[in-house]
Amino acid sequence: MAELDTSSGGEKGGKVRSKKQSTKVDLTAMVDLAFLLITFFMLTTSLSKPLAMDIAKPDKDEKNDDNKLELRASQTMTILLGKNNKVAWYMGEAGKSTPTIEGFVDIRASLLKNKENVKKTTGKDIIVIIKPAKGSTYKNFVDIMDELNITKTNISAPAIDDDPAHLQEGEIQAMKQGGIY
Amino acid sequence: MPRVKVPRKSTAIDMTAMCDVSFLLLTFFILTATARQPDPLDIKTPSSTVQFKVPDKDLGILSIGKGKVFFEIIGQDVKKLTLQKMGEKFGTTFSPDELKRFAVVSAFGVPIQSMKQFLTMNGDQREKSGIQTGIPTDSTTTGQLYQWIQQSRLATAELHNTDMRITIKGNSEEEYETVRKIVDVLQKQKVNKFSLITSAEGAAK
Repeated sequence: MAELDTSSGGEKGGKVRSKKQSTKVDLTAMVDLAFLLITFFMLTTSLSKPLAMDIAKPDKDEKNDDNKLELRASQTMTILLGKNNKVAWYMGEAGKSTPTIEGFVDIRASLLKNKENVKKTTGKDIIVIIKPAKGSTYKNFVDIMDELNITKTNISAPAIDDDPAHLQEGEIQAMKQGGIY
Repeated sequence: MPRVKVPRKSTAIDMTAMCDVSFLLLTFFILTATARQPDPLDIKTPSSTVQFKVPDKDLGILSIGKGKVFFEIIGQDVKKLTLQKMGEKFGTTFSPDELKRFAVVSAFGVPIQSMKQFLTMNGDQREKSGIQTGIPTDSTTTGQLYQWIQQSRLATAELHNTDMRITIKGNSEEEYETVRKIVDVLQKQKVNKFSLITSAEGAAK
């Protein structure tokens, strides 16, 4: 172990005799501590890195706002984000089918079900439109994008339509009825 | 019959080398660990199941909380050039000393008019004085947030020859409306792809 030679050359002329003491230090505890700290720093450096969710939005044209993309009604599912952590979703066109009001727990099942239905009836992939309305929080938005990721309903990129002017009358009506607008 | 004598050996091992190595590693990890800067806005990011980690360079972070917007540019050289360009745009010149001070600022949220005053303060004063009112977000092309983003993108392209990744770090409870305004500013300069910073959640089932 770590030690120093403390013995003096000879003791012939030495009058003062000090007791020889070993300089061996038990390093076990020190090594333990060092490894504990190493583990801590190793884990925190890689774990503290935040994660990034990529979002792509359609190009916006300032001059003419009517560069709308026509979507097949049979293929689209519109999800409206409302207040109190609730969503309303409907298939097809606004006003023609009554939106279902749901919480974030149930939306996953609905997404999966609709995805399957669309695939079965049209043979195409589902297109999801997200419309965050008044009262929805940022967390709601991240959550719904995450649900799309989990359920793999984002094969054709989800359309995020967050312009409040694009909310249709029928949609607002339905959300008001559900008490989430 | 003679008894076989097993010589007793000491069980003490020389720990010196092990100790050396472990402390070397410890030093390495301590030095590479980036100190977490205190966030001026108390932001609780929402969680998600995505696995993609944020890169640590060529990055601009827009923090949104309490209706305010803060901006953070990663990389000292980019920061300096951005401030210089901003000064040119808004008719103020920043001295080399001020540029140096700005290079170590993390997230900031001051109008460009009070930037000089902001730079003379130390961390504590910045927090207390309430000077950080957020970057003005009017969505015109001469708006400050618009310019900050654009100038930092230009600076990144100039220095590192890559695109800057814009990320949004929003507070969970923030109204989506506030976030939308910021996104509109981004879209105005044709940044249609950006990332949202989230914290980790259990893997998808």
